[in-house]
Amino acid sequence: MKYRIRLHLGYDYATPAGGGRHVVCVVPLDLGPTQSCTQSDLTITPPPHERLDRQDFFGNRLTEFAFRGSHARIALTMTTRVDRNLPLAAPGASTALADLGAELAQCRDLGPRSPLHFVQASVRVPRDAAMTAFARAHLRPDMDVAQAVVAIGRALHRHMRFDATATTVDTPATEAFSNRRGVCQDFSHIMIACLRGIGVPAGYVSGYLRTLPPPGRPRLEGADAMHAWVRAWCGAQRGWAEFDPTNAIPAGTDHITVAHGRDYSDVAPIKGSLRISGGQTGSQAVDVIPLDG
Amino acid sequence: MTRKTIRPRSGASLFTRYRALPGVPDELVDAQGLMRPAWAGLIAHLSALSPEKIAAAFARGEQHLADTGVFFRTYGDRTGAGRDWPFSPVPILLPEAEWSGIAAGLVQRADLLERVVADLYGPNDLVAQGHLPAALIAQNPEWLRPMVGVTPRSGHFLHFVAFEIGRGPDGGWWVLSDRTDAPSGAGFALENRVAAARVFPDLYRATNVHRLAGFFRDFRGALEGLRGDPASRVGILTPGPLTDTYYEQAYIARYLGMALLEGDDLTVDGGRLKVRTVEGLAPVDVLWRRMDGVWADPLELREESHLGTPGLMSAVRQGHVTMVNALGVGVLETQALMAFLPKIARVLTGSGLAIPNVATWWCGQGRELDHVRAQAHRMMIGPALSTRMPFESGGAHSVGGILHGAADDADLHSWLTDNAGGLVGKEMVKLSTTPVYEDGALVPRPMSLRVFLARTAQGWQVMPGGFARIGATSDTTAISMRHGGSVADVWIVSDRPVEPVSLIAPPSAPFQRARPGPLPARAADNLFWLGRYVERTEGLLRLVRAYHSRLDEAASAPLLATIRTRLKTYHVDTAETLPTGLRATLGSAVYSASQIRDRFSVDGWAALKDMEKSMARIAKTTAPGNDAAVVMSVMLRKIAGFSGLVHENMYRTAGWQFLTIGRSLERAAMMTDLLAAVADPKSPEGGLDLAIEVGDSILVHRQRYAVLTSRESVIDLLALDETNPRSAHFHLVVIGRGLAELCGPAENARVSEFRHKVQLLNDRIAGHTVYTLDTKALLGLYRQILDLSGALNAAFMH
Repeated sequence: MKYRIRLHLGYDYATPAGGGRHVVCVVPLDLGPTQSCTQSDLTITPPPHERLDRQDFFGNRLTEFAFRGSHARIALTMTTRVDRNLPLAAPGASTALADLGAELAQCRDLGPRSPLHFVQASVRVPRDAAMTAFARAHLRPDMDVAQAVVAIGRALHRHMRFDATATTVDTPATEAFSNRRGVCQDFSHIMIACLRGIGVPAGYVSGYLRTLPPPGRPRLEGADAMHAWVRAWCGAQRGWAEFDPTNAIPAGTDHITVAHGRDYSDVAPIKGSLRISGGQTGSQAVDVIPLDG
Repeated sequence: MTRKTIRPRSGASLFTRYRALPGVPDELVDAQGLMRPAWAGLIAHLSALSPEKIAAAFARGEQHLADTGVFFRTYGDRTGAGRDWPFSPVPILLPEAEWSGIAAGLVQRADLLERVVADLYGPNDLVAQGHLPAALIAQNPEWLRPMVGVTPRSGHFLHFVAFEIGRGPDGGWWVLSDRTDAPSGAGFALENRVAAARVFPDLYRATNVHRLAGFFRDFRGALEGLRGDPASRVGILTPGPLTDTYYEQAYIARYLGMALLEGDDLTVDGGRLKVRTVEGLAPVDVLWRRMDGVWADPLELREESHLGTPGLMSAVRQGHVTMVNALGVGVLETQALMAFLPKIARVLTGSGLAIPNVATWWCGQGRELDHVRAQAHRMMIGPALSTRMPFESGGAHSVGGILHGAADDADLHSWLTDNAGGLVGKEMVKLSTTPVYEDGALVPRPMSLRVFLARTAQGWQVMPGGFARIGATSDTTAISMRHGGSVADVWIVSDRPVEPVSLIAPPSAPFQRARPGPLPARAADNLFWLGRYVERTEGLLRLVRAYHSRLDEAASAPLLATIRTRLKTYHVDTAETLPTGLRATLGSAVYSASQIRDRFSVDGWAALKDMEKSMARIAKTTAPGNDAAVVMSVMLRKIAGFSGLVHENMYRTAGWQFLTIGRSLERAAMMTDLLAAVADPKSPEGGLDLAIEVGDSILVHRQRYAVLTSRESVIDLLALDETNPRSAHFHLVVIGRGLAELCGPAENARVSEFRHKVQLLNDRIAGHTVYTLDTKALLGLYRQILDLSGALNAAFMH
């Protein structure tokens, strides 16, 4: 499946910012045959004084830029084309849940794909007894890790309600879980906490999602925002598997990956530091248009 | 140390009555009960002194520390109170030969740690080959992922490290902890040395004690040598005045002549690190980091950090700045690492550790867990990834088999089982003892040494002594150190005369006057406000004094009401004899000064603190009326003392200009404001005399005008006369002159705007006569003077 993707981010400051430095993470990863993304364009206005494209530890594509003088708003537009395909080979067998700990103990990998980075609590995903108990309640003793991931993801989808007004980008996962409401970011953080709680390495995936248009109606321009889902390590043979708890489906060709991280704070679309005295307002618009008809 | 109950005793008995503790070595007495030779001079010296003489000598050391204001601060304490530096005046003496062994062993350890950390951020062979468990690194909060793959520009991660070492029961030395991230204490070592030399001036000169200054001279040279651009600067990065060792950082910045910079003083521009100064951005190529690495850059490290500099990591990655030490070296402080270092040493260097570290077992391995479980009564057990000893880590831990701070229902065994991978067991080492002087006698107390190493062009240099921690009780287990205690100097004694060194250049070097670097904008801001607050304190003191001296005169009631109103605008309530608002103003001055201790004379600081203490004391006992007026006069003399110190002793640098501009701005503003209130034709009777009194110009007014006080004479003297240092015009001229000194040729638009405003004000006041400068005009001037504050901010504080 080929897509044309366009993202627009805008920030308006109540009082002009005296300078600032930002890092954006919005360009899809180039993952080879399953997701190829070789050309993309990121425009920043006003033109920054410094700009640097680089990769972070996890291999995500970042653009760092800085303004020296005062500015009242910044706008970013990213356009790209992505070719997203299912893997050709069938996935390897998942490790049994009971054997995962021993396999992890053998791991000597510190590279970006190592499961060891995704085992313990992280900035946005604390260890939480309630979420661990929720996860345990949906396990059967004979499950392998991949089955456990799907079982927990589906259970969360049943118990949680999607509610864009219930949380903000800074709402803690524990609060969203106790209210059983939230958006994709909350669903993902909660699922990660559930999985880590039962010893399964789990991480956060940010990306774009094609919204399937209802029959006979045009797709909604700009109705989508950046999406998030979860990946979990199912043992050395199977490797990483992705699941979207907000939609209760495994991530497929509708999901275009931008970045992998331990949680949102590793992959936030824009991070920054400003010298400002007033507040700011932001806007976001995403178009994910299939080109294959 | 207490001196309360010193009873006269013969000094000669000091050694004979000393009783070392059984089972642990003692620094003064060897295993046979004989005095170790290095101590002979000190003991003979002490024994020749009467208890009174000893008390007097020790008091000299304490007086020095009190005078220089050495203190420790509890983090987050905004009162600035801090704790006194707990100095034990009896130094620890070690022979040079023994010290050489310690130094060689620690140099080996520093080199080993450099190789380990280079591997952890580079090829990761240690983990891949199974010498270090991957989980201990992957889950380590001090392993900073943005540093992975980064080679430091200098070629080294470590440039300045400290080790805490103790002498074990067999007489050999053990490494208790590694301090690599942002080790503190080097400045305290210097202070210990100065204090000890004051206590024992003759003995110190007569004993061949290795000097500390050479170490700092070489380290400063090494830091300067790390610069890529000779026009750039070396700075010391501090977490700020709220950190517990801020005093020490300011002290060492002054001693080395380097700028003490906070994260917000710095910015990254074109990939280079720069300091915001009143003259614009100036490059900084080397940062001696006294801030823990995780806080250094909110953009790539801890997001919630308000201490760091956004983009610092980027400048490091681009090879434009050398961090001393590199970001990420905190991973070497991990407790669990000690479990693996002995083997890593053999693998990497082919030989074992010359000085072993405390035996440590990581409970994430089956056999080690069993061992820790079985030997828990001989161990302390705590978080594996902590950079502090188990009992200092703040979380659940076990000491001698007793569990502390865990959930109520947890017992040691279930706690160990449930958290195995996150725990380490460490042997509970016993420390040697050293004599401290208590109640007229020497008594043994446990001690550990902190040893500092600096990398120079000639390799690692080891600071010869300087810093020991001493336990408060005779409990010799290492954990006794948690209960506080004291610090002492450490003398490395040579058999031969040592070369005296100081930071002052040798006479052979060509004389060169150091040019101060541009003033950081934050320091300028604090100096400006210090000037304003001190001046405001003085003005308020004068008004409060005038109020109280008139309190008993019935005729003054309307004038008293006017003073009350004036004071109220400064939040000073005359119902209080020593108003809270007045003390708060002085408190603001002290706070501003506390932000810039590195640029401020020790005496100036002492004078300010003294004023604050006196005010607090007097507040409780002063009665309204004449008594209060007398007290205000005392305080005015103290503040004049402070101003005199500043005026006489501060270099006429940019910093002095900002302080002076702040002072003049405040004085001009307060005077115009006061004249508008008391020199109006409708003002209550006595207002003109009040203005002359508050303006400290009674004498000159009488000499010059020799007539009754009139509105014209008062306005002339206190507003228009540019030769009277109490007049508004005088201070507008001072501001203009200060500005001209400050502004070089590279003047930006906002600086020009500010100069223009000052010029305009000067022209305006010069154009006035005693007849045109009425109340309305005075109030107009007052507002324009206050506006200068914002214009100055816009011009210099980028």
